[in-house]
Formats: sequence, C-alpha cells, structure tokens
Amino acid sequence: MEHIVIIGNGISGVTAARHIRKLSNKKITIVSAETKHFFSRTALMYIYMGHMKYEHIKPYEDWFWEKNRIELKLGFVNQIDTTSKTLHFEKGDSLNYDKLIIATGSKPNKFGWPGQDLKGVQGLYSKQDLDNLEIYAPDNTVCKRAVIVGGGLIGIELAEMLHSRHIPVTFLVRENSFWNGVLPEGESEMINREIIRNGIDLRLATNLKEIISDTTGKVKSIIIEETGEEIPCDVVGLTAGVSPNINFIKDSGIETNRGVLVNRFLETNIPDIYAIGDCAEQHEAIGNRRAIEAVWYTGRMMGETGAQTICDNRLEYKPGHWFNSAKFFDIEYQTYGWVHGKKGQPDYETHFHWKHEDDNKCITIAFHKESRQFLGINTFGIRMRHEFFNRVLSENRSVEYVLEHLADANFDPEFYKHFEFEIQKEFEVKTLDLI
Amino acid sequence: MSQKLNHSLSLAKPDAYHTSGKQKLFLAIGMIGLFVLVLTLFNFDEFSVWSLISAISLIALGITGFATDAYINKPEGIKNNGVWFKSISSRGLSGWLTGLVLTLFYIVLYFYPYLLGLGKDGSENSGLVAFFDPLSKLLNGGPASQWFVYGTLYTMAILLFGYKFLLKYRHNRYEQLRTYSVMFFQLAFAFLIPEFMARLNSETFSLPYYDLKNIWPLNYYNFEQYRVDSFISAGDVGLGILIFGVASIFIITPILTYKYGKRWYCSWVCGCGGLAETAGDPFRQLSDKSQVAWKIERWIVHSVLVFVVLMTTAVIYSYLGYDSEKYWLTKDVFLLSVAGFLTLIFTLTMIFKRHELGKDARYGAIGYFVIILALIGFHYFSNQSKLFIFEAETLRSSYGFLIGAIFSGVIGTGFYPIFGNRVWCRFGCPMAAILGFQQRMLSKFRITTNGGQCISCGNCSTYCEMGIDVRAYAQKGENIVRSSCVGCGICSAVCPRGVLKLENDSMKGRINPNEILLGNDVDLMDLLNQK
Repeated sequence: MEHIVIIGNGISGVTAARHIRKLSNKKITIVSAETKHFFSRTALMYIYMGHMKYEHIKPYEDWFWEKNRIELKLGFVNQIDTTSKTLHFEKGDSLNYDKLIIATGSKPNKFGWPGQDLKGVQGLYSKQDLDNLEIYAPDNTVCKRAVIVGGGLIGIELAEMLHSRHIPVTFLVRENSFWNGVLPEGESEMINREIIRNGIDLRLATNLKEIISDTTGKVKSIIIEETGEEIPCDVVGLTAGVSPNINFIKDSGIETNRGVLVNRFLETNIPDIYAIGDCAEQHEAIGNRRAIEAVWYTGRMMGETGAQTICDNRLEYKPGHWFNSAKFFDIEYQTYGWVHGKKGQPDYETHFHWKHEDDNKCITIAFHKESRQFLGINTFGIRMRHEFFNRVLSENRSVEYVLEHLADANFDPEFYKHFEFEIQKEFEVKTLDLI
Repeated sequence: MSQKLNHSLSLAKPDAYHTSGKQKLFLAIGMIGLFVLVLTLFNFDEFSVWSLISAISLIALGITGFATDAYINKPEGIKNNGVWFKSISSRGLSGWLTGLVLTLFYIVLYFYPYLLGLGKDGSENSGLVAFFDPLSKLLNGGPASQWFVYGTLYTMAILLFGYKFLLKYRHNRYEQLRTYSVMFFQLAFAFLIPEFMARLNSETFSLPYYDLKNIWPLNYYNFEQYRVDSFISAGDVGLGILIFGVASIFIITPILTYKYGKRWYCSWVCGCGGLAETAGDPFRQLSDKSQVAWKIERWIVHSVLVFVVLMTTAVIYSYLGYDSEKYWLTKDVFLLSVAGFLTLIFTLTMIFKRHELGKDARYGAIGYFVIILALIGFHYFSNQSKLFIFEAETLRSSYGFLIGAIFSGVIGTGFYPIFGNRVWCRFGCPMAAILGFQQRMLSKFRITTNGGQCISCGNCSTYCEMGIDVRAYAQKGENIVRSSCVGCGICSAVCPRGVLKLENDSMKGRINPNEILLGNDVDLMDLLNQK
C-alpha cells in the first residue's frame, strides 16, 4: 500500500489527508511537532479571550482520525532524505514515505531587531505562542503593558486579545494608516478609529528600533526609531507578517526560494514530493495573487487540489476568484474579487466608496474605469454573499449591475437595517460627478 | 429558579475579568432581595405587602443594575470574553453549587411544596407562599400556591435577564425582536392572562388554568378529563379554547413551522425556551457537541414523544364512551383516528422523504410505528377498562412524574450550569420533537452557509445551545437543516466571518452537500460534486 506522509497538520495538510482518504485506500500519516490533533489556527485568539477552550477549536473529534485511518505522529522532522525517501526526526527515529506532502505553514517574521529573541518577545502563530502568551501576559499585573509591532491581521487580533484581559497595548504600525498596503484609504482610516475607540494606543508611521532586556533576559522596554521614546513593557508581539516555515528543508535538495518552489500542480523539483499551503511558493504568481499565499482558504484549496494529484488525477491548482475575510475588533470584513489599496492600485481600477455615518460600516467597490466592469468589493460591517460575487465576477458584470442587485448580495441576519438604497443613491451622485 | 437570579452573576474570576465596584454593589442589592425571600421561609414574622414589593424591587434593581454596568459602556458586539474563565459559566465550583441549589429548589417545588409554606389541605399559607399571597390576590383574587410563586419568579427571570440579553445583543435586531417576543409571551400569555381568566371563574362558569401558547404535547395534560369537561361546560368560550388547543396542534403549528421553522415557537414564544434564552444564556456553551450526544438525543427525545402519544391516547380513551348515539367521538372512533393519522404520517414520510432519513432514523421510525400500532391492536383483545396493557392513570402519573417533573424541571432547569440551558428542549421536549421532525422534513427554514468563508474556528458550535456541531456543516459549505435547531441565531451572531444566516427560502436546494467549497476553480468543483 502506498504510504502518503504529510508534514504539518494545519488546514492544508489535513484537507489533503481527508480528500486522499475519500479518494483512495492509501496509508496516510500526518506528522506534526505542534499538537497531536488538528486545530483551527485562526481560532487560537479565542482561547486566550476565554470564548473557547482548546477542545472547541478542534474541528474533528479525536476518534475521527482512527476511524478514517489517518495516522498521527507527533515529532519534529530534522531532515528529509529524498533518495531513500526517509524522514529523520529530531529524536532520532525515522519514517519512510512513498509520497510526501510538505505543509509546514509559516513562522512569524523577525527583521533582525536587537532583542528580538528575548523572553516575552513573540509572534502569534502556533499553539506554543499561545502558551507563551499565557505565561508572559496572563493578566494586567504580570503584564503592565504590551507593545505590538506590525500592523496586519495578526497584529490587530493580538491587540484585541490583550485588550480583552485589560492589558494596555501600544500598537506600532509602520505605515501611516493601518493595513493601507491592502485597504483603500477610507477603510483603513475607519479601522484606525476602531482601534483607538477600543482603547489601543495606536502609533502610526512608527518603527521599532530595539527591544531592551532586563537583567534576567526578559523584555523590559522598547525604543521607537523615529522619536527615541522608550516604552516600558512586559510583552512584545512581533506581527510583521509571516514567512514559510521551511528551515529543515534547506539541505534536502528540494528547490526553495522564500518558500518551497512548486509548479501549478503543486509538485516540487523532486518527484513524489509536493508542497501546499503557506509554505508553498509558485514559480510565478497566479493572476493578482502573491506567489506565496498565506491564507486559510488557499491552504484548504491547495489541499483539495493536491489530494487529486496524489490520487492519480493530476490537477492544476487553479484558484477561483479571490476572497478573504477578517474581523477588526467588532467590525467584520469580507472581500470578493480585487480591490487594491493606494499602493498596488492599477491605472484602470477606480473605486466607489460609501461609509455609514455610524463609522462602523463601509464598502468599497472597484471597477474598470472604461469598461465599467466590476472588479471587486470590500465590505465592512455588512455581510455579503460569496456566491453572488463569485457569479458576477465570472459573468464579467458591470458595476451598475452589481449596484442594482446589491440587495441579493446581502447576508446580514434577518431584520437588520438595509443600506442598498442609500448606497445606490450615493453611487448615482458620485458617478454624476465623475462624468 | 430564584437562586439562579444572583448566582449566575457572581463569582467572576477576579484577576482577568474583575467585577467592578458598581457591579458588586448591585450584586449585594440583589442578594438582599433574595435573602428576604429566604427569610420568609422561617416564618419569623408576618411580612407585609411592602416587604414583598421591596424584595422584588431589590432583586430587579440588582439584576438590571449589574447588567447595565456590565454592558452599557462597552462597544456593541460579541461579549464572550472570559466565558470559560468564570467559574459559573464553565462548570466551576459556583456552577456546580448553583446547579445543586437549583435542583434542590425544584425538588422542593414539585414534591415538598409545603416546605415553601403551601397550606396543607386548604389551610392558610405560610412562609414564602404566603409572602406572595397579596400579589396573587391582586391578580386572580385568591391566595398564592407554590405554582404562583414559581410563575412569578419565572416571569421575573425572563424579564430581568431578558433585559440583560437585550443589552448584550443590542447590535443585533434579530436577537432583540426575539427577546422582546419571549418576554411578551411570558408576561402576557403565561402569567397575566391565565390569572385574569381565573378571576372570571364563578360558580356557574369555570375554565381551567390555561396558558394559550402552551401547546400539547408540551402541555401534556391539556386533554385530561377534568379539563375537557370544564372546557365543554364553559359554553362557547370554553369550546372555542378547546378547539383552539386542537387547532394549534394540527393546523397553526404545521403552517408556521413550514414557513419559519420551529424557531417561531421554540425561541420566540415558548416559556421553556424563553427562560433558556434569557436566564439560561450564560450557560449555552455547556451543551455537549459530540456525535454520541447527538445519537442519545435522537433516541431519548423521540421516545418521549412516543410516550406522550401513548399516554394521551390512553387518557382520552379512558373517558370516552362506547355509544355513538350519545356522542360521535367514541372510544373506537378515537382509537382508529389516532392509528389512521399516525399511519398516514408514517406512510407519507417513508414514500417522499425516505432518502433524507439516516439508517438509524428509518429503523427507529419503523420500530416506534410498529410499537404504537401493536399496542393499539392489543386493545381489541384486551379487557376494555385498560387501553394497551397499562392503566391510563398509571401512564399519566408516570409521565407527569418522570417527564413533567423530573426531566423538564429538575434536570431541565436545575442542571443549566452543568449541561447547558437547553437540556430539556434538546433531550426531552416532545413538542420540540414534533416541530423538529417537521422542520427537517417540510420547512422553508435553514441556516445558509456563505460559500467558502468558514475558518473552522468553532464559535458557532461552541455557542450552540442545542449542541449542534454547526461548524461541521459550515466548513463543508453545507446548509444546516437540523431538527433540533431552535433558530436562536447565536451561531450567526458569534461567527467572526459572516458565514451563517438564518433564513426562510424555497425547499428546493435547501440541503446542499458539497465536496468542495466555493473559491476553488469551478471545473474542480464540478468534477468533485458530480461524483
């Protein structure tokens, strides 16, 4: 029986395993150094906030794996021997595979800041990161202030987490507005205000210079690059993005760049070795996507596709229309298609922006200047239907069509106030101005 | 019940989720009110109307003040911070203690009401029951009973904790309207109207105590002889109410459930649901989500349903006559109609919905069906004083004891802090079983999943009071169509990514199992879904 070994039990690896099981009878082993069972990484924050316990963030009950004949091995892979098809573990044992899927995910970026390896300095990615946070920031007496460095999705989540335990947070964001490399101006500014409304000390256009140690090797304070200000703190959260977690692969002969290089079939340069999820890097980015996509959904899709290829139905990874979602404190965010921030905005792309006077709902619709084709939407505080936008994007509908049918897209709970009329009115007024 | 009022607010983990000074003050105020109620049990003194008013006001002030301070100054949104750190809401010591106290309260209430001060054999009340006499006299003209005390405390709990729930979900109009609805139905239909109806009773005209929204089989005693006699002897009004009671089962309920799902009743109207959604809200995360629990639930709740059908049939049968000249509904006509109706439902389900039933559901349905028909068949061979092989009275009293008292009261509410707030609704309520059966088979209601947006975080499953593993569906992109769903809407509310929406839409495409989620290439989806 062919033995499929998957390194990494995150969403990519587990999805691959599940689909391989559906399609075949092959022997499957999932290796992880993190936890025995699969858990939802995106839900780690809710454990710290007390919304859930660890057992709740496991999407499958523990009997699931045995029932589906998926073996779980706890261990850290030190080295891959691609000629003898063997994995060597840190503890000295080894495991043979016929086909190998690398799905090791990411690790938090560290940009060589002085003091970045001190105690109390950490990212928020793994279960171990969460355990550490529980040690260094259990409450606001042990942790009198935390500083977060890096204004992205994980940064704002970490801010929300610490805030939930009444720990004062200083949030350093390199850009002059939160996540504005991705979000258009109006949205980014609204989120700035949401962060401040929640009592976070938000510092825009501010960089970290160094992290200062106390006598025990634990963080004592940080220094801000621009002003030289010293901020005393007990925890520093490094959340300036993530990069592929592939150190152990370096000498294996598997071709890597920042991630494990794969073709569109998710195959590496070595036969029978595949890479999926956050750690995989496309030779050439697909469409507007990045070559490395560190997103839950793309990890899942790669798992689905990879399983097909492994089970003799060689299939290209062809992600459909881009979508994503997040939550910024109490404001939910969904995006369908492409809406660019100022930085990456192509010439042909123009935006229509609407914001509710409450300052907690807004949308931005991107469309083609000349052809009026709908390109994408960002929606904050109003839930919208994935299926609707997937359809209008596939059908190349115009922005006018989308505006006209916006009510069909609404996915808010029943009895919620609707804003389509208001949005349509404002669109008419604003487009009149454009002409 | 009353004990829960304050305990569920207390004993927060002090370091991370401290109780503010103001909250402590309100807690103390509420406790004093509660303490007055406890004091009355010892009959130290005659308590005046004023002490009743002040005790109730203190409790009300305590709860509303606490709730206001806890929510009003925080931004609108989901407020589940620290739920699993608080002893009361995470099966900690105070959770167990509260469960214990509540359970004892229910045991006393059901089986030893004189300990609460109920006068024996019509003698005067004392203690807690006497304490409520003035209020009872004001509403219905007579002295209080243990049930009047319980009803008052129950209504207070729904109103006061309803206020707390309204604050907690003030950003969510679905939750707001639903809560106003249960508060209204409890106060008007369950509490005030029956009391006023009792006032109308006289020597010549008398209606049994009747909460109109309480439908058979939840109201399992509705067709007992004394009630039916009294409806009929109360002329047109009584007959109208009796007809309404029957129509609610066979006409009103099916239509509403078809259009809106069982939520129209379970989380908008029902009193048990009302308490679960308000006072029980802090315990919703304690329900068991395992597959084993789901299996147990299906067998128990449907067995209770079979039990109540048998019991009611036996009870009605026992007081009907033989002679069709006297009254058209004779024992035989009745029994044959019951058998005919059940056969009709069974046949229709098996013909049109067989493929939607799991293997165990099919076996279960067939098994129960055979049992009921066999028992009805026995009738023709047995001594006519009994239906089936049991005495109707034995069936009635064991149902009342086991299901009516122990299950719905002692376990259903007493164990809120241990098993969650919907234990009764999920495992025991035969009404929920009927509505759920219809919801699964013939209803426009479903929870729609939003394409591929699920991140499997588990908030939906954790906060599902009915123990449905919502995530198992959402992460597959599959709509949730489950008989047990009461449509409380909390899964949708706590979802951080906007994945779930309760809605009524056409029956077509309601159940949509997908192999691959939206977001991947269309060809791949077609390939997999066609398989």
